[in-house]
Amino acid sequence: MHMADALISPAVGGTMWVVSAGMIAHASRRLRKTLDESHIPLMGVMGAFIFAAQMINFTIPGTGSSGHLGGGLLLAILLGPDAAFLAIASVLFVQALFFADGGLLALGCNIFNLGLFPCYLAYPLVYRPLAGKNTGARQVWTASVVAAVLGLQAGALGVVFETVMSGISELSFKAFASLMLPIHLAIGVVEGMVTATVVSVVRHAHPEILRHGSGERLAGSSYRRVLAGLLIAAALTGGALAWFASAHPDGLEWAVSGITGREEIEAPKGGVHAELAAVQENVAILPDYGFATANSDGEAKTEEAAWPAVSAGTTVSGIVGGVLTLIVIALSGWVVKRRSETRKVAAG
Amino acid sequence: MSNLEVHFHEIGVLDRIAAGDTFVHRLDPRSKLLATLLFIVGVVSFGKYEVSALLPFFLYPVVMAAASGMPAGLLGRKLLIVAPFALLVGILNPFLDREILTAIGPVPVSGGWISFTSIVFRFMLTVSAALLLVGTTGIHGVCFACEKLGMPRVFAVQLLLLYRYLFVLADEGIRMFRARSARSFSGRAPGPGLYAQMIGTLLLRAIARAQRIYLAMSCRGFDGAFRSRTPVGWHVRDTAFLLVWAAFFTVARCVNIPEIIGSMFVQ
Repeated sequence: MHMADALISPAVGGTMWVVSAGMIAHASRRLRKTLDESHIPLMGVMGAFIFAAQMINFTIPGTGSSGHLGGGLLLAILLGPDAAFLAIASVLFVQALFFADGGLLALGCNIFNLGLFPCYLAYPLVYRPLAGKNTGARQVWTASVVAAVLGLQAGALGVVFETVMSGISELSFKAFASLMLPIHLAIGVVEGMVTATVVSVVRHAHPEILRHGSGERLAGSSYRRVLAGLLIAAALTGGALAWFASAHPDGLEWAVSGITGREEIEAPKGGVHAELAAVQENVAILPDYGFATANSDGEAKTEEAAWPAVSAGTTVSGIVGGVLTLIVIALSGWVVKRRSETRKVAAG
Repeated sequence: MSNLEVHFHEIGVLDRIAAGDTFVHRLDPRSKLLATLLFIVGVVSFGKYEVSALLPFFLYPVVMAAASGMPAGLLGRKLLIVAPFALLVGILNPFLDREILTAIGPVPVSGGWISFTSIVFRFMLTVSAALLLVGTTGIHGVCFACEKLGMPRVFAVQLLLLYRYLFVLADEGIRMFRARSARSFSGRAPGPGLYAQMIGTLLLRAIARAQRIYLAMSCRGFDGAFRSRTPVGWHVRDTAFLLVWAAFFTVARCVNIPEIIGSMFVQ
């Protein structure tokens, strides 16, 4: 569920960059205070371990598909939230640079979705209280599954929210959320089970690692600060969400209210169903959709925002100019390459 | 699995290209990082229906690839490998947004197709810029630049360590997986139970390795910082590089160059 640069706007990407960079600075500062440098190689190797673990797939029982470990929660259990957050952030950093998984601008979003939620939400607020101190196997299982599910749901919601706020994709909040959340529910359950098993393997072999990792690092005051930060974030999210929902009623709801003459049709459940139905309807009539139906569908949309009108004339000149631009670019690339090659030959 | 091995091999290739010695390689990592970030912000700041104005931005990756000797085939392959997510979300646009915005000759084009094309172009531009940054700078250079621009040292150091041990642990994982599939039928991936056992073993080995690494590093005087052998400094060429590209991005962002060129011919 990596976000890609192509789907986000600079405002969303920039905001999330600032938030994630702030979190990295915060985590680093706290680590510097509490940590001896023996932990730094451990963090690096653990990050590399997450990479290696993600390369191995497992089959999800009952389905033909396969999945792999996300690892945020596992790292938080092993290293504590701050070190785990930094390790996950650097895994995402390397993925963005070398694997082109997610993008540089989307990196802030990805660190937020995949790092902050498991490390600062799922682990301290769900896993720790549920697993308790004298951890029995069943407690670890329950705690891991619940924490993994919640962490992934929050992350998936983050992806949906950031995508919709950016407005590059046409997917509406409800439609995208109703696609993403159920999928990540299943992934979360498996992630939790795998995490619990790995934790119990480690506990049998090296119990001291777990004591070392998740010790007394979360002092009371900072615990509360994290909680307060999350509450503020939740309030902001809710506020922005309400604004978004009211400012852009989607086409179908608009049409329905026009037909029934009623203004309040937004029972949240009905909204999700209506939206899903709209998606289904659109996809189902796809093979033989004519432009007439497209127009009737489109009419509702023109109400909410007027797009810059593009006439056919400017489109043609845009295409011609575009082709010429690309030719010029290709030529300049060729020239640069030739020059650097001849220089190399001259030097050698 | 073999796909992943190829994937990892290509990271090694990227590393080798990053060790090259061209004009682009010799630039200060900071100037390349800043230029790349300006480029990405410029590209993604366009409205969702913008297609033609994005095209001049291809000049940056094309020139950078040509000047640094980055093979176009490698860039293309990497683009293809990571394309699915962006395309999957983007391909819904033509189905959801069917308002006719324009026409190419007799064929009407809906807003959804325009915004989908725009997403594809954005994707190609931003991903290739990121790959070119790392392919001409290397992970050490990027980390150096980030640290100079304010990234915490703890983060930078463990990022470099992660990168160093990535290949070692990946090899270990691949070996483990290969041994397991050599002893089982039908080539299917293991179930979650066995998977967790394998991952657990890998984890224990990784931890043991981390302890060995730390001891070895302590013996050699590790004090929490990496020291680079190659001195990098900001020269006039870095300022020029950054200014020229920043100027180009600004012009290309504010003026639709292809439309102007096109209107000269189409009148």
